[in-house]
Amino acid sequence: MLEANRAVPAQDDATLVDLMAAVAAKRDREAFGQLFDHFAPRVKGYICRLGVEPASAEDLVQDVMLTVWRRAEQFDPAKAGVATWIFTIARNRRIDVIRRERRPEPDPNDPALVPDRELEADAALAQKQDGGRLRRAVAELPDDQAQLLRLAYFEDKTQSVIAAELNLPLGTVKSRIRLAMTKLRSQLAELE
Amino acid sequence: MPSFHAEDEHLMAYAAGSLAEPIALLVATHLALCPSCRARVGSFEAVGGALLETLDTVTTDRSLRDAVLARLDETDAEPAPAPRPAKAGPVDLRVPEPLRGYLGSRLDDLAWKPRGPVDEVRILPDHAGITSRLFRIKAGTAMPRHTHEGSELTLVLSGGFTDRGDHFLRGDVAAADSGVDHCPLADTDEDCYCFAVNDAPLRLTGRLGRLLNPFIRI
Repeated sequence: MLEANRAVPAQDDATLVDLMAAVAAKRDREAFGQLFDHFAPRVKGYICRLGVEPASAEDLVQDVMLTVWRRAEQFDPAKAGVATWIFTIARNRRIDVIRRERRPEPDPNDPALVPDRELEADAALAQKQDGGRLRRAVAELPDDQAQLLRLAYFEDKTQSVIAAELNLPLGTVKSRIRLAMTKLRSQLAELE
Repeated sequence: MPSFHAEDEHLMAYAAGSLAEPIALLVATHLALCPSCRARVGSFEAVGGALLETLDTVTTDRSLRDAVLARLDETDAEPAPAPRPAKAGPVDLRVPEPLRGYLGSRLDDLAWKPRGPVDEVRILPDHAGITSRLFRIKAGTAMPRHTHEGSELTLVLSGGFTDRGDHFLRGDVAAADSGVDHCPLADTDEDCYCFAVNDAPLRLTGRLGRLLNPFIRI
């Protein structure tokens, strides 16, 4: 393939936030192009893992990246990192398009919603400042734990299905995922 | 602030996007009432973002980049989505979003069907394999004693009930795994409204219930 060796540039979190800000404030196409180069191959990787044909996968990537452009103003760096925000867009599009289901979500403007306390707002801030650290922690997970997390996040599988496929007792799957999450959460918590 | 929360397994699956819609609906409605579980979902989403960053990439064709960049103007020209029309009549604050949007009317105006000592309304009736419904349990009344083959999640919307020694109030999630045999008892001061999701049928186990099993399904 012609583009097979095209480098996927690594971008640090601060750069990604700046690029998002340029897209939101100035409709900066150059900045959007850089976001595209960074995220499109990752979003395609995510969608392909869900078993979508490469041609339809590109349609979905296009859809996700255009949503990034359209909703750039809604990105709030105080609430989540850029990768997290784009992950949630890709996730919602695949529920919509592949599963053909609605994704129920709380409405932040609903008068019945119980608002965040200071505690939760602080936790969100610590998390988003912590993207690099969290990525390193993910990279350092033992293989068996990392594999389970990827299955849970990227192959649309419940813990019971994962257990059946890997021929592991459900309790083992649960405890490995719990171990992995405890490790990742301790990375998040250290900054608080 | 709720005292009984959704389990991490469900919060993580909600963040990953792998929960079936009825269970996601229950979890999301709990989230509306529970800032601490919302924060937990936020951290599970951050893990999703970190996994996305560390995932093997799949190269996209240059033509895709060109196609997307060529559509930016067209995307900007699209009219903004119309704000959702406000529902007629006062909002029933007992039911937070997203569940309220699935009901279409206030709790009191729903088409309640009597099922023994409780009333019920089915939600998402076409979803295969998962039964979702609202229950109205009259003040001081017990649900018929029952057990289930699968798991049951119950979210209290208003009022409260006691089950196996625990007291559940608005926002609380009660989880009962397969094999749990129970008869939740509503508080005496007001009717209890709750939203329950089962992934397998219930079986009545009380003396009268066993006789009725072949005839009624709750």
